[in-house]
Amino acid sequence: MKSDNNILTMKNISKTFPGVKALNNVEFNLKKGEVNALMGENGAGKSTLIRLLTGVETFETGMVVLNDKKILVKSPIQAEKLGISTVYQEINLCMNLSVAENIMIGREPKKFGMINWNEVELSASKALKNLNIDIDVTKKLESYSLAIQQMVAIARAFYFDSTKILILDEPTSSLDKSEVIKLFEVIDILKSKGIGIIFITHFLDQVYRISDKITILRNGELVGEYETRKLTQIELISKMLGKEFEELSTLKKVKEKENSSDIKNLFIKTKGLGKKFSVNPINMFIKKGEVLGLAGLLGSGRTEVARLLFGIDKKDCGEMFIEDKKINIKNPQLAIKNSIALCPENRKTEGIIEDLSVKENIILALQSKRGVFKYIKESEQDKIAKKYIDLLNIKTSNQNQVVKSLSGGNQQKVILARWLLTEPVLLILDEPTRGIDVGAKAEIQKLIINLAKEGMAVMFISSELEELIRCCTSMIVLRDRSKIDELFDEDINEYLIMKTLAGGKN
Amino acid sequence: MGSIEINNDLKLLKKVYTSKIFWPLTALILIFVFDSIFIDGFTKITIKEGNFYGIPIDILKNVTPLLLISIGMTMIIATKGIDISVGSVFAISGAISARLIGGESVPENSYFIAILVALLISLILGTWNGFLVSKLGIQPIVATLILMVSGRGIAQLITEGQIITIYYEPYYFLGGGYIPFLKLPFSILIAASVFVISILIVKCTALGIFIKSIGINPIASRFSGIKVSRIILLTYMFSGLCAGIAGLIYSSNIRCADGNNAGLFIELDAILAVAIGANSLNGGKFSILSSCIGALVIQTITTTMYSIGVSPEKLPVVKAIIVIIICLVQSEKFRDKLKAIFSNKGGMKIENI
Repeated sequence: MKSDNNILTMKNISKTFPGVKALNNVEFNLKKGEVNALMGENGAGKSTLIRLLTGVETFETGMVVLNDKKILVKSPIQAEKLGISTVYQEINLCMNLSVAENIMIGREPKKFGMINWNEVELSASKALKNLNIDIDVTKKLESYSLAIQQMVAIARAFYFDSTKILILDEPTSSLDKSEVIKLFEVIDILKSKGIGIIFITHFLDQVYRISDKITILRNGELVGEYETRKLTQIELISKMLGKEFEELSTLKKVKEKENSSDIKNLFIKTKGLGKKFSVNPINMFIKKGEVLGLAGLLGSGRTEVARLLFGIDKKDCGEMFIEDKKINIKNPQLAIKNSIALCPENRKTEGIIEDLSVKENIILALQSKRGVFKYIKESEQDKIAKKYIDLLNIKTSNQNQVVKSLSGGNQQKVILARWLLTEPVLLILDEPTRGIDVGAKAEIQKLIINLAKEGMAVMFISSELEELIRCCTSMIVLRDRSKIDELFDEDINEYLIMKTLAGGKN
Repeated sequence: MGSIEINNDLKLLKKVYTSKIFWPLTALILIFVFDSIFIDGFTKITIKEGNFYGIPIDILKNVTPLLLISIGMTMIIATKGIDISVGSVFAISGAISARLIGGESVPENSYFIAILVALLISLILGTWNGFLVSKLGIQPIVATLILMVSGRGIAQLITEGQIITIYYEPYYFLGGGYIPFLKLPFSILIAASVFVISILIVKCTALGIFIKSIGINPIASRFSGIKVSRIILLTYMFSGLCAGIAGLIYSSNIRCADGNNAGLFIELDAILAVAIGANSLNGGKFSILSSCIGALVIQTITTTMYSIGVSPEKLPVVKAIIVIIICLVQSEKFRDKLKAIFSNKGGMKIENI
């Protein structure tokens, strides 16, 4: 069957990385003048698919058909020549050159061997006017907003008429509302010119605003291709997370909400705490003795809330109260001194110090809490390390073993030990069970519940709904960097969480 | 019982063999053995005018500037940084003290003030480097390149383009004087005290583990509450101070201040000392002691070359060859390859089980 007006067809695409099947028989179609939103959670295979299409990596099986011709893309430059352009979240243009130079670099019109600057400026402003943008092209790129810079990147991609496909990889994550509107206007213009657009984003609203079709991937497999109009938000989310919606709708009913202002054991209260492009102002109550879950899709602001509370990022609005005292957590050390601990999301890059021993890794946070001069003596270090190795059942030959030789689960326990040692009142756990084996997972979940029983406040962030439901006594649901609802006790079930995520707050 | 003892002996042997200072120390001992066999009177230490004299004493005396700078460099390299401006700080420090003393036998300012100002300026220069690296996030090699290049000019400005020769006698004591009761050069005492103090700081405070941790993973260190940029700043300040002390000793030793040539390329020797000391240039674990042995190795090679009459033009080549051999022997990959060559004679390679 000849594809009627498909400009791009990818069929039976498979790709294996050592130990992981990144893509398995995935199919992808794009029509002329269509916006196809590529959706999926972390590790679903979105970026792998794009990398294959743009020639950054090669696929093992499958084929790519562009304009009824079978193609084999070997490099990003070749992809561009074939008419596949990509605009990344991070703009890769030269900030200190003018807009015109950025658009025309490498293709300057020449006259007697010299660059014809008049022509450069004229062509550049024409290219921008095609996108309905009227700016001074002689000014430096850095003097314009991110949104305009993105438009310049798009204009550069479309200087040649040969471009048929535009890939927008998370284009809106650093734009504000009016800038997003501007970008969407440009997308509409491109659509009307018959360009096919692949749109990758975490913002559900935007998907519904701009896309015609949604392609969902999960764990390297194609879930399906749907028309945006016919797919409800809750269906979209359940398909991304791999939960059948019908199955869930028969579950528990809504119970009346507790009054969140009536709070005993309050440890931290935030009032409009937020940071631009990271977390929209959020109000939270964190109580001792409870496990507070943060639920949300990737990019919903879960990790960012944790970073804000722990002082990794600086807030730019709102207030934070610890035991009713207003405190501005400016750095992690201050957070530690105020009895906050954070097990970060990326164990390798933010957690372990891989060449140090288990012992040194465990005492590190306590040492920085005490300060440089109150050195914990070797003998004391040994005693502490041994105690926590037993307590958390860390599998290591002894406390002097280098931490990088431990398995992922045991490394995670080392980091847990590091933070438990500082005797925190609030323990924030960001994806503590990611990438570790089932046994260690269960142990960590049990530990979370026990710590809360002993009176600690635990904030638990995870993309696995099951473990959140199992452990949490209250839950904040985040979407598009904002808190959209709060759930308590019996309300914490998959059906309600997904309904809330989909924006069906009643 | 016997087997257990042997086992323990083996363990001890392995501990010695795998420790950081094993290879640099072996290299140093080998060079010394070579020297004592082939150079007449190398190991001879005599007492002249009530003080110790001899080639080993000379080596110890001449190594002090390099040793001091290597100590500072070790700490910086442990944080994954580098400081190539130490030569310039070295020259500036000498220039300031010489300028403040002046070229007369009666000093313009008191010697105490001259030393104090020189060290203070060195500390400020180190702070400047540290500020560029830790607060502005400039790459260490670029940040310190600024001072490396401009520092020579500053030193020239201070001495007004002249070589200031000092005739004020107490000035000579720092680099050339002897401690009365120990009968050893005073500069050795200075280097030894800086060495001991820095070892104490590293071992008795948490600074050592913080520096290691930052060198291995600065992001995770920040997540653990370590004030990463403050500690990086401190290491550059310390390095500046070390270079300043070294510059004072050197200037006192040669009895003049030469903005152009004082401490020329000493930064490279210091980096080499750190590398010979088996410290990773990628940061992380470090040993001040083994860097110091590295500095001694370099100085011993130089002194040896002079003693056996290698001409100054050839010196760098011979030095380079010896350094390459030391580095090769230290490389685990190279040793494995050597082992493979020798154990392959019988055919199959035998794996350790």
